[in-house]
Amino acid sequence: MSELRFDGVAVRFGTGGRALTAVDGVDLTIPSGQVVGLVGESGSGKSTLARAAVGLTEPSSGQILLDGVPLRYRAGERRPLQMVFQDPYSSLDPRMTVGDSIAEAVPRSAHLLGVGRRRGAGREDAGREGIGRQVVDRRREVGRLLELVGLDAERALAYPGALSGGQRQRVAIARALAGQPDVLIADEITSALDVSIQGTVLNLVRSLQRELRLSMLFISHNLAVVRYVSDIIAVMYLGRIVEVGPAQQLLNDPQHPYTKELLAAAPRRGTTSLQPPDPTVADAEPADPHHPPVGCRFHPRCPIGPLVRTDREHCLTIDPTAEADRRLHRTACHHAAGAPQTAMAPHTRRTFP
Amino acid sequence: MRARWIAVLRTPVGAGAGVLLFAVLLLALLAPLLWSHQASAIDTEHLLEGSSAKHWLGTDNLGRDIFYRVLVASRTSILLALVATLIAVVMGLALGCAPVLLGRRAGRLTTAVVNIAVAFPGLLLALFFAVVFGVGAKGAVLAIGFAGAPSFARLTQTLVAGVAERDFVAAARIAGVGRFRMLLRHILPNIAEPLVVNATIGAGGALLAFAGLSFLGLGVQPPVYDWGRLMGESLNGIYVHPAAALAPGVAVVIAGLAFNLFGEAVAKGFGVPAMIGPRLRERSAETMPAATDDDEAVLVVKDLYVSFPGPITPVRGISFTIGKGEIVGVVGESGSGKSLTALAVAQLIEPPGQVRAAELSFLGAPLLGRLAVRSTAAARRRLLGTSFAMVFQDPMTSFNPTKRIGTQLAEGAREHQGLNRRQAMARAIDRLRAVRVPAAGRRARQYPHEFSGGMRQRAMIGMGLMGAPALIVADEPTTALDVTVQRQVLRLLETIRTEDDVAILLISHDITVVAQVCDRVLVMYAGRIVEDLPASELATGARHPYTRALLAAVPDLDTPLEEPLAVIAGRPVDPAAMPSGCAFAARCEFAEDRCRSEDPSLVSHGPDHQVACWNPQGTAAWQARYLGSESIRTGQL
Ligand SMILES: Nc1ncnc2c1ncn2[C@@H]1O[C@H](COP(=O)(O)OP(=O)(O)OP(=O)(O)O)[C@@H](O)[C@H]1O
Ligand code: SF4
Ligand code: SF4
Ligand SMILES: [Mg+2]
Repeated sequence: MSELRFDGVAVRFGTGGRALTAVDGVDLTIPSGQVVGLVGESGSGKSTLARAAVGLTEPSSGQILLDGVPLRYRAGERRPLQMVFQDPYSSLDPRMTVGDSIAEAVPRSAHLLGVGRRRGAGREDAGREGIGRQVVDRRREVGRLLELVGLDAERALAYPGALSGGQRQRVAIARALAGQPDVLIADEITSALDVSIQGTVLNLVRSLQRELRLSMLFISHNLAVVRYVSDIIAVMYLGRIVEVGPAQQLLNDPQHPYTKELLAAAPRRGTTSLQPPDPTVADAEPADPHHPPVGCRFHPRCPIGPLVRTDREHCLTIDPTAEADRRLHRTACHHAAGAPQTAMAPHTRRTFP
Repeated sequence: MRARWIAVLRTPVGAGAGVLLFAVLLLALLAPLLWSHQASAIDTEHLLEGSSAKHWLGTDNLGRDIFYRVLVASRTSILLALVATLIAVVMGLALGCAPVLLGRRAGRLTTAVVNIAVAFPGLLLALFFAVVFGVGAKGAVLAIGFAGAPSFARLTQTLVAGVAERDFVAAARIAGVGRFRMLLRHILPNIAEPLVVNATIGAGGALLAFAGLSFLGLGVQPPVYDWGRLMGESLNGIYVHPAAALAPGVAVVIAGLAFNLFGEAVAKGFGVPAMIGPRLRERSAETMPAATDDDEAVLVVKDLYVSFPGPITPVRGISFTIGKGEIVGVVGESGSGKSLTALAVAQLIEPPGQVRAAELSFLGAPLLGRLAVRSTAAARRRLLGTSFAMVFQDPMTSFNPTKRIGTQLAEGAREHQGLNRRQAMARAIDRLRAVRVPAAGRRARQYPHEFSGGMRQRAMIGMGLMGAPALIVADEPTTALDVTVQRQVLRLLETIRTEDDVAILLISHDITVVAQVCDRVLVMYAGRIVEDLPASELATGARHPYTRALLAAVPDLDTPLEEPLAVIAGRPVDPAAMPSGCAFAARCEFAEDRCRSEDPSLVSHGPDHQVACWNPQGTAAWQARYLGSESIRTGQL
C-alpha cells in the first residue's frame, strides 16, 4: 500500500499560439488504501493527469511522489503504477492471446517480486513470498489473475476478439493487477460498457480494491459511478481541481457551483425530467482551454457568478485557487464556506481519514 | 483472418489477379528449367527474322528465339524486382520503426529525413542511385531498393503511429515492456498486413522500374537478360519486327499488373467499408415540402425485420408508431437491434442486409417495396431528404474534417434548394444559431476539429434542420458527451420538438437519458420490443423483468453504498442461436417452463402500455399470485 501525491503538477502541450495547459497546478493526494474519484467534464484534463502519473506524458512542472519519493520511469522497467483504460476494444492487443497479454505484465523475476511485495498481502501473497528467488510460474499466475477477476483460467488461450466488452475489461484489470501495482489508475473504465455490464465491472473493482487494499485513482465523468466506489471525490474543471473532499461530505454539502451543477445533472431515483438550470448560463459553451478565462475559470458559466450577480466582479479578476486551502473542501470559489479550524493542515499533505 | 483472404479471392478482381499472379510466379519458377536451352540456341540461318511458324515472335541478331527468351527472362526480371522490393521494405521498416526504438529526438530526425526523401520523385532517385552504385544488376537492384525505401518508410511511420496511439501499446509500456519487444510483439504484427499488401503493389512498380533501367542499359548486363534488356535490344528493329519489341513490354505489363491488381484487391477486401455519414449528407437538404396528410402519425413501423446472411435476424418483427411532435426513446443493450432499427427507418441498411416489414411508412408514404417508376423512387428520396434527419453518436466522423462547418451545412442547400452561396451560408448560420452555437457567424467558418464534442453534435443537429424535418432519428447522440453537455443537447432536442413540432426517435443504451426527455419508451431485447410504456411510468410502473433489471442496474446518487450493484446475470443472447421461447428466459429470475417453450408477444396492459412477458411484474394478477404463494409458504412454516 502506498500513497500517491500530485504536487503542483502541470502538463502543457504544444508551444506558442497553440499551447495548451491541460493540467494546471494540481495538488492531490491518494491516501494509502483509499479510492479517490476524479470527476470533471470532457477535456478538463482527467486523462492527462492519469497519463502523467503512469509516465505516458511528461509533466512540465511539479512532482508526482509515491510514498514521498518522486516517480521516475525508464523504458522496460516495472512500474509501480498500473492503469486500466477506457476502451477495452483498443487496450488489448488483438494479435495476442489474453494470457500472453497478462503474462507480459507479470514481473520477470523474484527480484522484482521482492519490490512488489511492498504492496502487501493479497490473499495468496503469503505463499508467493516463499517462492523467493525462483522465477514465477507465469502460467499459474495468469490463471490465478483471471480467476481473481471472475474469468475461467482457460480463457487465457482466447484472443480478445472472442470476448465481450465486459470480459475484455476484466482482462484489462487482470493485466493491471499482474504488474503488482502500488497504485491502480482506472480511467473511465465503464463508460464504453453497457449498463447491464457496468454494474459487474464496478462490483469487481470495489471488491478487489477492498480485498487487496489498493490505492486507486478512479476517473469518471459520471458522479453516481464515482460516488459508488470512492472514499474521496475530487472535481476537476479546466485543468484544475476545484473541490476535493470526503465523498459523502462533498455530495451532501457541495461548495463549488460546478460541483452543484454536476450533482443536479446526475440521475436520482425517481426523477424523470430535466431540471432546467439558470437559463442565463445554461447554454454557455465550455471555455476554450487554449484561452482559459481570467480570474475564476468558471465565471462564464457560473450561476452565482458575475454574469448573474453584478456585485461579484472580483470573480472576473481574482483567481480563487490561491486561497483554496482556507475553504471547506479546498474549493476554488470565493463564495464557498471557510474550512473548519481543525482541518487547517498544509493542503498538499492532507489526507482524509 | 483466413476468412478475409478467402473473401478477397472470391471477388472477381481478387480471383483474376490471384490466378494471374500465381501463373506469373509459376512461369518465373519453371521457364528457365524448361526452355533455357531453346532460348539460348543460336540459329545463324535465321537472324533478325519476323514471326514464323518456327519462331513465333521471330529471332534476335544471333538468331535466338525471342518467344522463349521472353519466357525465360521472367525469372530474372521478377526475382530482381522482388529483391529490390525486399530491400525497399526492409530499409523502410528500419527507418519507419526508428522513432519507436530510438526515442523521441533521434526519431524526429529520421522522420525529417524520410520526409525530405519522400519529396523526390522515385524514378529520379532510382537513376541517381543507379549511377552511384554503378551499372549492372547489383547496382540496379540497390538503386531501386533505395529509391523505394522512403515511401515504405513513410508508410511504416504512418502505420506505426496509428498502432502506437492505441491503448494496448500504452498499457504495455506501463507494464514495463521494453522497446524492442514492443516493436516485435505489439507493433509489427499489427502493421504486417497493410505492409505486405503495399509491398505486393510495390513489387509491380519495381518490376516496371527495373525494366526501365535495363532498357536504358543501366540494369542487367549481357549475357544475362531480362525483359528490359530484351526490349532495348529489339528496339532498333521495332518497325520491321514490332512483335519482338512489344512482347517483353507486354510481359512487363502483365506481370506488373498481376502484382498491382492482387495487392489492390487484397487492400480493398481488408479495408473498412465506407462510412455511412457522408451518404446521408447528400440527401439531408432538399426543398420539396413534405406530403403531409392529416394522419398524425409521422412514422409507422409494422412487423419490421432486418436480417443478414448467416442467417441471423437481429431485428425480429417490431412495430411502433411515432406521432407528430412525439419523442420516443429506444433502450436496450448493445446488440439488441436499436441502431439497426434506426438505420432501417432511414433506408441505410446496405446489402447483404435485408429489410422486411408489413408496413414502413413515413408521413403516409410507403418506404418499402419495389417501385415500378423511377420518379417515385426519386420522390421517396426527396421526401426523406427534406423531412428526415439523422444524428449519429460520433459527430466527428460525420463531418468532413477538411471543410468548414458552415460550408458543409450550406453545401446541400446550394445544390438542392437552388440557393446561391450567400443565401445558403446565411441559412447555415441561421441554423447554427437555432441549435445555440454561440457566435454562429464566426463558428461557421471554423473546421470540425475546432468545435468541442457537444458543439459538433449540435452542428450535426443543425445540419438536419437545414430542411424542415418532421422526424429526427438520433442514435446515441449524447453517449460521447459528458453529463453537462449531454443535458444541453437533450434540452436542445426538446426545444426543437416544442418549437417546430418535430418528432424525435432517440436511441440510447442509457435508460436515465431516455427517461429524462422522452414521452414514450420502447425497451428492446434481442431484436424485439419487450415493453412499450410512457416514460413517466418507467420508474414505478415497468412490468417487464428486463426493464426492471435495467433500471436497477444503473447506479444513481441514492444507490445504497453497502451492497453490490444490482446486475443482470448472464449474457445477451447470440442472434445466431435464438431460443424458441422468451429470449430473456436464461437471465430472468421469474422464468417458468412456459417461458422456455413459448415466445410471449406484446400485449396491452392498460392504455399506452404494452408488455411481452408471461409473467409481468407488479400487476394485480401477479401480486395476488406472488403474495398468495408467499402466504402459503409462510403458512406451511
Ligand atoms: N497530446 C495532446 N496534444 C495536445 N493537446 C492535448 C493532448 N492530449 C490532450 N490534449 C488536450 O488537453 C485537454 C485535456 O484532455 P484530457 O484528455 O486530459 O481530458 P479528459 O478530462 O480526460 O476528458 P474526457 O472526459 O473527454 O476523457 C483537452 O483540451 C485536450 O484537447
Ligand atoms: S469564484 Fe465566482 S465565478 Fe468562480 S465559481 Fe465562485 S462565484 Fe462562481
Ligand atoms: S416471459 Fe418469462 S422468461 Fe420472459 S421475461 Fe417474462 S417471466 Fe421472464
Ligand atoms: Mg479522458
